Amino acid sequence: MTPNQPINISTNQLFNYTLHLADNNLILGHRNSEWTGHGPVLEQDIALSNIALDLVGQARNFYQYAAQLKNDGSTEDTFAYLRDANEFKNVLLVEQSNGDWGKTILRQFLFSVYQYYLYQQLEKCSDRTIASITEKALKEITYHIRWSSEWVIRLGDGTIESHARMNNALHELSEFTDELFIPASYEIEIARQGIMVDPVFINARWREKVEAILREATLPFLSEDNNKQSLSGKEGQHTENLIHILSEMQSLQRAYPGCEW
Amino acid sequence: MSTKQQNINHQSFSEAAIWGLMRQIYDPEIPVISIVDLGIVRAVEVSSTVNNLNPKIIITITPTYSGCPAMDVIGMNIRMSLLEHGFKNMEIKTNLSPAWTTDWMSAEGKEKLRAFGIAPPNPSQSVCSPAQFQEEEVVQCPHCNAHNTKMVSRFGSTACKALYQCNECQEPFDYFKCH
Ligand SMILES: [Zn+2]
Repeated sequence: MTPNQPINISTNQLFNYTLHLADNNLILGHRNSEWTGHGPVLEQDIALSNIALDLVGQARNFYQYAAQLKNDGSTEDTFAYLRDANEFKNVLLVEQSNGDWGKTILRQFLFSVYQYYLYQQLEKCSDRTIASITEKALKEITYHIRWSSEWVIRLGDGTIESHARMNNALHELSEFTDELFIPASYEIEIARQGIMVDPVFINARWREKVEAILREATLPFLSEDNNKQSLSGKEGQHTENLIHILSEMQSLQRAYPGCEW
Repeated sequence: MSTKQQNINHQSFSEAAIWGLMRQIYDPEIPVISIVDLGIVRAVEVSSTVNNLNPKIIITITPTYSGCPAMDVIGMNIRMSLLEHGFKNMEIKTNLSPAWTTDWMSAEGKEKLRAFGIAPPNPSQSVCSPAQFQEEEVVQCPHCNAHNTKMVSRFGSTACKALYQCNECQEPFDYFKCH
């Protein structure tokens, strides 16, 4: 492929999917990094910062691959810093505000379990680059699940106060979990090409794991039909949260295009 | 530089010689262990050319963690070292698969870590599953060799380390997690 040649439709869907994977990681990584210096205790502050680092690292790998697919001179920075909110393809769950520590933990837990089962499929997928990025990431996600599920149990099955806060967090976040399993146009297309399974296939495993942890945390299960969300983050429709994240994250590159630091 | 270039004979183009250079490059976060002992350098290739002038040197590295901030520095240090030794034609490739594991750390590397006060990784084991509240690994204190230690935090000063404390000598120490 020569530069500037428009990429064909099937590559374009793979490109969109790669950006979707990258955006999920970048936005959640950014959210987590907002805790740096503000965690409840230093060790947990470091833990969440390290998870943020893993997520941003995974995002970079996906953005670099997206740049390769696009093949028009775009770089990882172009994608991270120079796109508008409606071009981001992350799920709504990861852009939700941090809230209290309990909500941050629960958001991480719900997402990590999803990522774990998704990447177990992706590491076997026919696209070799995505397979190797996800194989690498799975080892890190394994730690993220352990860490976040222990916290969900500790807080849910903790004091009256911590239990109530976890309950609230569950209430706030549960409307964003269905989106994980509703395929976007590009997910349907790459599933059709055999690159990836339909995300609906990992729904059952995700629910089983999440419910097992919630049970241990003495928290109520997520109701089956809680999809009150009409937006699709995967298709570029976002809550106002993302605009705030981007205006902070992109301010430097927007003001001084191409600056290095 | 020019004297150095004149000194390069065919021998110094050997892969063994390049491995030797790589052994002198240290991990920026743990400055006692080389990137070879750490298992980051996966391959060294010297492409042959007709008259052996300006052969291409291809180094393949793999990150310990996806977000390891040391990787950019390591890549730059490899470049610098090769340039310093008169090699200009080079390529540094990053491979993600197979994913790095602590099993690739050399015995010598593990010994150097211990001497530096970091408990070296145990052979990979059950910690590589997502189940919650697993029994923590038994980690030997690098200061007094006691096995009576406890984990303080799963994440230490960097993503690849966990923070432990010795119940015998009371010293805190980093443990290079199994990965
Ligand atoms: Zn000790």
